[in-house]
Amino acid sequence: MIAREHVHLKSPGASRFALAPIKKWLLIGTALGFLGIFILIPLIAVFTEALKKGIELYFAAITEPDALSAIKLTLITAAIAVPLNTIFGVIAAWGIAKFNFKGKNILITLIDIPFAVSPVIAGLVFVLLYGSNGVLGPFIEANNLKIIFSVPGIVLATTFVTFPFVVRELIPIMQEQGTEEEQAAITLGASGWQMFFRVTLPNIKWGLLYGVILCNARAMGEFGAVSVVSGHIRGLTNTLPLHVEILYNEYNFTASFAVASLLALLALLTLVFKSFLEWKTKK
Amino acid sequence: MLKKILITLISLMFLVGAAGCSSQTSTESAKKEPAAKETNKKPIELLNVSYDPTRELYEEYNKSFAAYWEKKTGQKVTINQSHGGSGKQSRSVIDGLEADVVTLALAYDIDAIAGAGKLAENWQERLADNSSPYTSTIVFLVRKGNPKGIKDWDDLVKKDVSVITPNPKTSGGARWNYLAAWGYALEQNNGDEQKAKDFVAKLFKNVPVLDSGARGSTTTFVERGIGDVLIAWENEAYLALKEFGEDKFEVVNPSVSILAEPPVSVVDTVAKKHGTEEVAKAYLDYLYTVEGQEIAAKNFYRPRNKDVAEKYASQFPDIKLFTIDEVFGGWKKAQKTHFDDGGIFDQIYKP
Repeated sequence: MIAREHVHLKSPGASRFALAPIKKWLLIGTALGFLGIFILIPLIAVFTEALKKGIELYFAAITEPDALSAIKLTLITAAIAVPLNTIFGVIAAWGIAKFNFKGKNILITLIDIPFAVSPVIAGLVFVLLYGSNGVLGPFIEANNLKIIFSVPGIVLATTFVTFPFVVRELIPIMQEQGTEEEQAAITLGASGWQMFFRVTLPNIKWGLLYGVILCNARAMGEFGAVSVVSGHIRGLTNTLPLHVEILYNEYNFTASFAVASLLALLALLTLVFKSFLEWKTKK
Repeated sequence: MLKKILITLISLMFLVGAAGCSSQTSTESAKKEPAAKETNKKPIELLNVSYDPTRELYEEYNKSFAAYWEKKTGQKVTINQSHGGSGKQSRSVIDGLEADVVTLALAYDIDAIAGAGKLAENWQERLADNSSPYTSTIVFLVRKGNPKGIKDWDDLVKKDVSVITPNPKTSGGARWNYLAAWGYALEQNNGDEQKAKDFVAKLFKNVPVLDSGARGSTTTFVERGIGDVLIAWENEAYLALKEFGEDKFEVVNPSVSILAEPPVSVVDTVAKKHGTEEVAKAYLDYLYTVEGQEIAAKNFYRPRNKDVAEKYASQFPDIKLFTIDEVFGGWKKAQKTHFDDGGIFDQIYKP
């Protein structure tokens, strides 16, 4: 993503003309208008629909047992998928950015697969692997394990879909920084971990944080892949997005939007948290 | 400073992750226990995998059955529900969704599960009335005042009428819709298959969107305001009336329709594995009792029980109904001719 922004900045059109005030405001106005129509209004609509029948119904909808179990499952899923993707993301990005090896391009392409592939297919892959008729199906059933249509399947599908977020953020930053600073640290007698915490990590902190936040937002919001492997059992294998759909399909629109607003709130909270961190570290 | 924050963040993540893992395993093991031991006093869980429009029916029925079972045996039973398009649900059970009982839209979808070896081939003979404790039929839901003047199947193929029905490939209800239209056309044309095919092809030209399940189509029609007529389960149509008010929609009964028999069955292999055979069977048997039949009727399913049917007779208008066995020679044949890949539906539906 950062790489793409770079390209935009360096594109000849942007640098060639100095913008007159009218043009400037036209641009800003268009951007704001676009944001308003496509992001702000839907967001407001979700909250008004959710609160339409009063605050009591709103809280009743999000504290009902099925909703609570959906919240719990969503948090558990994110709490496993995000750290996994963070650790492996840092390792993979490091390997790719700072070393040269055979098959590097293949690895980069592989990392992009979850972005390129439709989430439904991501879900079906796990059904093909772990389903009763899947490759590993007989083994799983013989050992009385449950993967798909159960929590592990949901975690797997989510981890798969959200894998590229952290890596993709880190690769361009790490490539740009090169290896000089780290080499210097080692020459000055730093251990590997010291180098990581004092040189590498401070350099990639914002990219890492941004990747983690995006990864988390998607992990909580993922619908397609999770829908395929969930089995849709109320109170057991429904994540928040699936619960929203179920409520909507039961003509329970207020409750459905109440839960949807909760999901939106979670997303907003992560963004606020990010801003807070930025402010705190700049101080 | 930054390092500290990052370290706390990462360790927090691990803590939460670890807590998540452990709590997850503990609930898993707690769940397995009642299945492993079959003492009657231990609480037990059942998973009922059902099709789309039965949400309200089974919500009410599950409460009634749980109370009945606890009174009878002293055992607490929790029934978990999963809903979706009938074909999709069947697929999930085949792929390993551990349903103790399935209550689907049509026999073919349970046949498919039997074909995968998860339940006995003769499942449909195990319970009365073809294992269908309630029936339904296919009717039309139109907007208030019936602005397009829709009275019968003929009106659905008119040029300016937009028809909403789900996808027969994934939805059981949609297959009943399709076959009802086909049966009507056959009757009108003295059994001419080609004319029936043309009629249904024309009908599907009027369909702007195919949802994957019956409930998706209903929300498309009532909530998003798309289409002039919804071909729907009778129970689904009356439920929409109840939920959205009779001032917005009307039910239109066609001259002829199909007798839809949504069947139920215990999934033998799963029930055996969970040790739930007894309660699963009782769960389905209870559907045939007066209490079960009353709940079905209240949720707009036509009850089999004569007394209950009489009591709710005013709710279910007389429509001339044909069965799938009479007109199509059973589900297996109908499925193969019409809905399998390369079947007639594939030939006539070109979006």
